[in-house]
Amino acid sequence: MSESKQDLEAFRAEARSWLEENFPESLAGRAGAIMRQEVIDDSESDARAWARKLGEKGWGTPTWPAEYGGGGLSQRQAQVLDQELDRIGAFNPLIRTAGMGITMVGPTILEYGTEDQKQRHIPRICRGDVFWALGYSEPNAGSDLASLQARAEDKGDHWLVNGQKTWTSGADVAQWIGVLVRTDPDAPKRDGISFLMIDMDQPGIETRPIQLIGGASPFCETFFNDARAEKNEMLGDLNAGWTVGKRLLQHERQSQTGSTSGLGGGGRRKSLKEVAKEYVGVDEAGRLADPDLRARLADHMMNARAHSLTLSRVVAEARGNAKVSAAASILKNAASKVAQNRAELVLEITGHQGLGWEGDGFSDYELEAVRGWLTGKAMSIYGGSFEIQNNIIAKNILGLPENTQRG
Amino acid sequence: MAALSEEQQLLKEQAKTWAQEEAPVAKFREMRDSGNEYGFDKATWESMREMGWAGVLVPEAFGGVEMGCLTFGVVLEELGRQLTASPLVASGLVGASALVLGGSEAQKQDWLPRIAEGSAILTLALDESPRHAPLRTALSAERAGDGFRLRGEKVHVLEGLAADALVVAARTSGSPGEAAGISLFLVEAAAAGVNRQRLATADSRGYARISFDGAEVAPEALLGELDGGATLLDAVLDRARAGLAAEMLGVAGQSFDMTLDYLKNRVQFGQVIGGFQALGHRAATLFTEMEMARSCVEAALQALDDGADDAPALCSLAKAKAGDFLHHMSNELIQIHGGIGMTDEFDAGLYLKRARALEATFGSSAFHRDRYATLLGF
Repeated sequence: MSESKQDLEAFRAEARSWLEENFPESLAGRAGAIMRQEVIDDSESDARAWARKLGEKGWGTPTWPAEYGGGGLSQRQAQVLDQELDRIGAFNPLIRTAGMGITMVGPTILEYGTEDQKQRHIPRICRGDVFWALGYSEPNAGSDLASLQARAEDKGDHWLVNGQKTWTSGADVAQWIGVLVRTDPDAPKRDGISFLMIDMDQPGIETRPIQLIGGASPFCETFFNDARAEKNEMLGDLNAGWTVGKRLLQHERQSQTGSTSGLGGGGRRKSLKEVAKEYVGVDEAGRLADPDLRARLADHMMNARAHSLTLSRVVAEARGNAKVSAAASILKNAASKVAQNRAELVLEITGHQGLGWEGDGFSDYELEAVRGWLTGKAMSIYGGSFEIQNNIIAKNILGLPENTQRG
Repeated sequence: MAALSEEQQLLKEQAKTWAQEEAPVAKFREMRDSGNEYGFDKATWESMREMGWAGVLVPEAFGGVEMGCLTFGVVLEELGRQLTASPLVASGLVGASALVLGGSEAQKQDWLPRIAEGSAILTLALDESPRHAPLRTALSAERAGDGFRLRGEKVHVLEGLAADALVVAARTSGSPGEAAGISLFLVEAAAAGVNRQRLATADSRGYARISFDGAEVAPEALLGELDGGATLLDAVLDRARAGLAAEMLGVAGQSFDMTLDYLKNRVQFGQVIGGFQALGHRAATLFTEMEMARSCVEAALQALDDGADDAPALCSLAKAKAGDFLHHMSNELIQIHGGIGMTDEFDAGLYLKRARALEATFGSSAFHRDRYATLLGF
């Protein structure tokens, strides 16, 4: 894993020149909400072209093995690539256009999949050809996921799937979905679950978007009525789905350890202190005019810095050998706390202007802030709620007794 | 960003073993009960001197090993775990930093070798009011012949009674509240006109009130620039703050371990109490805070070693986050232990008292939030 500084700098030069050649300037700094729409809906767009180029190069999935279409880069090279993307306002659209494919499903297939599954699924994810959804939660199985009821019956040449999933991100546009289903109703609840990968292009699957408090509908209810899954699409062993599914959630947490923006990531954000100065004003010494707000803003900025320093420390201590770690729960909770606190501060700072919903009476910043504030409430719920992460920390890191096992 | 080197890991183990064997918390309790007026055990300090830690920040040319702040922090953290009381912070960290960063060649020659081997103790005499406020320095240094005459009083001087010499912040011009006009002087503690009085604090460590009643010092006693001492003082204080933050991390870390141990062993309602979610979540929250604080402390120490531009902000960050965590942790230490935590026989009270003393030293969390905001320009 040890690479010299020289090697890294050589890679930096390579990345820089490739990006200069291939990244359309029209997209610089525009990573935000437009990305997914343009890439997916408009095949003639620059965004789609950029996504395709990045995918062909394998750099949308930079650390995945090159033999399956990934970039084959080391962690440190991937960091360099990130820096170079950031430097010119470029971004990786595939992380979004793949749905859960890059952050969760892909890494889990690489870990548990058969050779055949890897060859069929991974290259498509790398190229950005497929959007993956995930069916985990059900109306009666949220934090207590293991009580899920959706079931799959063995019909000899296929699995017959029935049940309902909820909070399935992007199920309305997804081509494939990974689903946790009960395959042995008589086993203790964690022991009768399997992970199935299902092609969504079939009549047995219906989706219905759920409108959230922020106005958008990123999640769906997904219904399976005699849907069909192929026999070769079980990820991991029969009835071992809980282990596979938990592993996938670790990848999810890992992917949620870094973002504290709560505004959907990407793009250049106005610095909070500048916003505060603009709305609150300063005294003759240049200090924010509201001393109470100033202290809380300082506290927030300290917490944000503490989180980002912890992120760096975890990477440094792993010495380039980044793997899914227990620290993910700590980082996820810290990240959501910081992001939600930031959003609340923005609202407080901007006063009534920070509560606009639409129209000319409000700036883009103000409208984005209110949507981000609402959307960001989900950060401490999805991927295992704040409380579930604390359960994980208590049990897996601190070695305290399990407290959610009742039958 | 810091990941400890092998050498630092080794030193950490060494300091941990030494503290557990030579200066466990029971030793501190013994010292307290003995009514020792210096606030540390001489024999423990002798043993610590042999470890060479007083010279960690001192250049080799002056008899030290110059291993840097992060390395020193590793040692301080382990000593913090056992509440080890010694002049290491006052002398090896603060005093040594003042000389290394601002001393003349002659001052360095004179003092650094003795500080490095621990045969002399140097401390900073700064605060004049209950709360840390460097710019409010009012103690006056008036011209007297070639030299200066000092008048005023310093309070809560760490190891003030044991010190052989003092770095005194004084006002040579301007008025309290202004940075310009502060000068630092290196003053022998035994000089005429320097009077020391022990302060018996809840923490039982060595604190003193020191009055300067027309004490005369030679021109060579000036440390750094005349009237321009505030910048040097700030740099010295940043080392002190980051080092203290490491010690605080140790005090809090041990408090956490004691609490976790109790959660795993105390049985009520037929089960160990750590199985109750209300307590498990509190432990998880404390652990998260501890990890965040550690990142800040290591980053600050590393930034000092690298001479990074944002070192001052990181030092304030470290002192505030370590302080916030220690405050929370020391209260939970008592609460989660319940009645046993209230007894003097159990160690929790010693950790609580040390916690507050360290929090107040070189700026509370509130002081550092204010400073952080100022440094970041709002």
